[in-house]
Amino acid sequence: MAIKGAITVDTEKCKGCGVCIPTCPTDTIALSKEVNSKGYNYLYMANPENCTGCTNCATVCPDAVITVYRVKI
Amino acid sequence: MEINDIIKPENKVYGKSPVLKDAVMHYCPGCSHGTVHKIIAEVIEEMDIQDKTIGISPVGCSVFAYNYLEIDWQQAAHGRAPALATATKRLMPDKYVFTYQGDGDLASIGTAEIMHACNRGENIVVIFINNAIYGMTGGQMAPTTLLGQVTATTPYGRDAKLNGFPLKITELIAQLEGTCYVTRQSVQNPAAVRKTKRAIRKAFENSMMDKGTSFIEVVSTCNSGWKLSPVAANTWMEENMFPFYPLGDIKDR
Amino acid sequence: MAEKILMKGNEAIAYAAINCGCDGYFGYPITPQSEVMETLMAEKPWETTGMVVLQAESETSSINMVYGGACCGKKVMTSSSSPGISLMCEGLSYLAGCELPCLVVNVMRGGPGLGTIQPSQSDYFQATKGGGHGDYRTIVLAPSSVQDMYDFVDLGFELAFKYRNPVMILGDGVIGQMMEKVELRPAKPRRTEEELRALCDSWATLGKPASRPGNIVTSLALDADVMERFNIHLQKKYSTIEAEEARYETYKTEDADHLIVAFGCMSRICENVVELARQDGIKLGVLRPITLYPYPEKALDALVPQMKSIMSVELNSGQMVEDVRRIAAGRVPVHFYGRQGGAIPSPEEIYEVFVKNIKK
Repeated sequence: MAIKGAITVDTEKCKGCGVCIPTCPTDTIALSKEVNSKGYNYLYMANPENCTGCTNCATVCPDAVITVYRVKI
Repeated sequence: MEINDIIKPENKVYGKSPVLKDAVMHYCPGCSHGTVHKIIAEVIEEMDIQDKTIGISPVGCSVFAYNYLEIDWQQAAHGRAPALATATKRLMPDKYVFTYQGDGDLASIGTAEIMHACNRGENIVVIFINNAIYGMTGGQMAPTTLLGQVTATTPYGRDAKLNGFPLKITELIAQLEGTCYVTRQSVQNPAAVRKTKRAIRKAFENSMMDKGTSFIEVVSTCNSGWKLSPVAANTWMEENMFPFYPLGDIKDR
Repeated sequence: MAEKILMKGNEAIAYAAINCGCDGYFGYPITPQSEVMETLMAEKPWETTGMVVLQAESETSSINMVYGGACCGKKVMTSSSSPGISLMCEGLSYLAGCELPCLVVNVMRGGPGLGTIQPSQSDYFQATKGGGHGDYRTIVLAPSSVQDMYDFVDLGFELAFKYRNPVMILGDGVIGQMMEKVELRPAKPRRTEEELRALCDSWATLGKPASRPGNIVTSLALDADVMERFNIHLQKKYSTIEAEEARYETYKTEDADHLIVAFGCMSRICENVVELARQDGIKLGVLRPITLYPYPEKALDALVPQMKSIMSVELNSGQMVEDVRRIAAGRVPVHFYGRQGGAIPSPEEIYEVFVKNIKK
């Protein structure tokens, strides 16, 4: 049984602090080159196929901008 | 499997607690305050005590904590939150009452209030954010600033002869008969966040068991004050703060 | 006839607090008012009405416990004496800035500094003109008898909740320490949870029901416009208080040619000065402000035209006299007589000064 995950990011609220990135065990996430209206490089799934929905990124996010989804296939 | 097939309400495993308001927090990117706010909100949600929880915010960066958690709040004068909490809990013992205080608020100007509230064993929860600096006023020395640490008022590093020593107030608090649970935690990685959340939940539960005061120090970052990136601040904290402020339970009874 | 009990002024504060449904008292010992908390502790009201009584670690903590209790819409109070009130001024400013009801009793002693434990009225400026920082006012009641001490506790809470504003009973060591018979009033029960919700759920921290957002009790407003609007709102409230709550008593002013203005214990002594003057054919009367803020401006203003002189008599170096001069506005000579350090002037002493002044 495989586990697939995905995240959504409230990009307008993301401050691009990046504290989530070292917590990702599958190298899924990165900061975008684009910026939001405040000028922050927001978080996105650079390698969405890697995500296992482990919730590490959302757990450490200081601004609660990450929602995590997970399915068992 | 397409991403859109995964991102469905029934597959959601983690998201913002409804106890957190939608307001964008004013904290700097990567600030530990947001993480601690978030897990307090999650504990309140999971214990289903939103209607019974009263928070008391300090003076300092987290003065605005009241803008982020949808509960009733009191905003105390600098250092006095434990006095407000004392009266609130004694007058309304069926409520969960917590103070949220920084190091300047709790360990400097408010030392009398925190010591005596803890010594009386008030059935309250104290959440103490120790980032070794005054954030709101622009990065001045805090009572918990490490020796050698550069701040706006210790531009050549904290010197014990000039500035005294960093204050391990949590160890002092643990000496007081009135405290039942004294612990030092952090929120820089998922495991630490989960441990801190468990500690906060335990503290809230203690406050209804007439056991005395529960005190949780969260060793935190102030990346703006420390003049580091958020990620580098986490590393600096692990390398410099943790040796002097070791994590773990100091008292649990 | 209602029961009368002999008690000290300080004890009257304690008995009145229990009797009028006070929810909590937080205090710190200081002479000459320590009997307030001693009486409360001996009475153990937590076993009868459920009132909380707590000895705090400082006056700073006392007033901040009052602040926390007031945030919850509770009837909470503290008592202290002058140096302790100085420490409480930060808290009073916050209470006023958050528009919270509370009662603070100041049994004044002499200052400045540690001063003396003898009676004084030298905190008039501090009580009526602010004390703490910012544009705020405290309603100030000046008792002149032990009965007043008893009655002003309930009155103080009524005014505090009517205006959501701190109220101070400004007594002095004389009133606090002397014993008189006091007529007890019918007891008021403490407010129930339902009554509290009905009265102050819109602002107090009673716990957030699902039906409303969280209440935030704060005095912080970083935005200049918000801060100014709030200050204008506060000033409007104070205008209403000034228009509606000024209280005073007069003694033989109807036909008076001369007036003494005095508050607290001094107003009683000055009634005896009136008798001395009238034996000599001099028509003297007394105006006793009961509220020092709001000051009974209209009452004094109306008396000024009939007077040949006014004398303010105070246990200080001349504080209330500034308000008397302001209201008299040069229409009549305003004299002052005061003692500092704890000596209470006799009627003869005051009369001698009065006569000297009017012969000038």
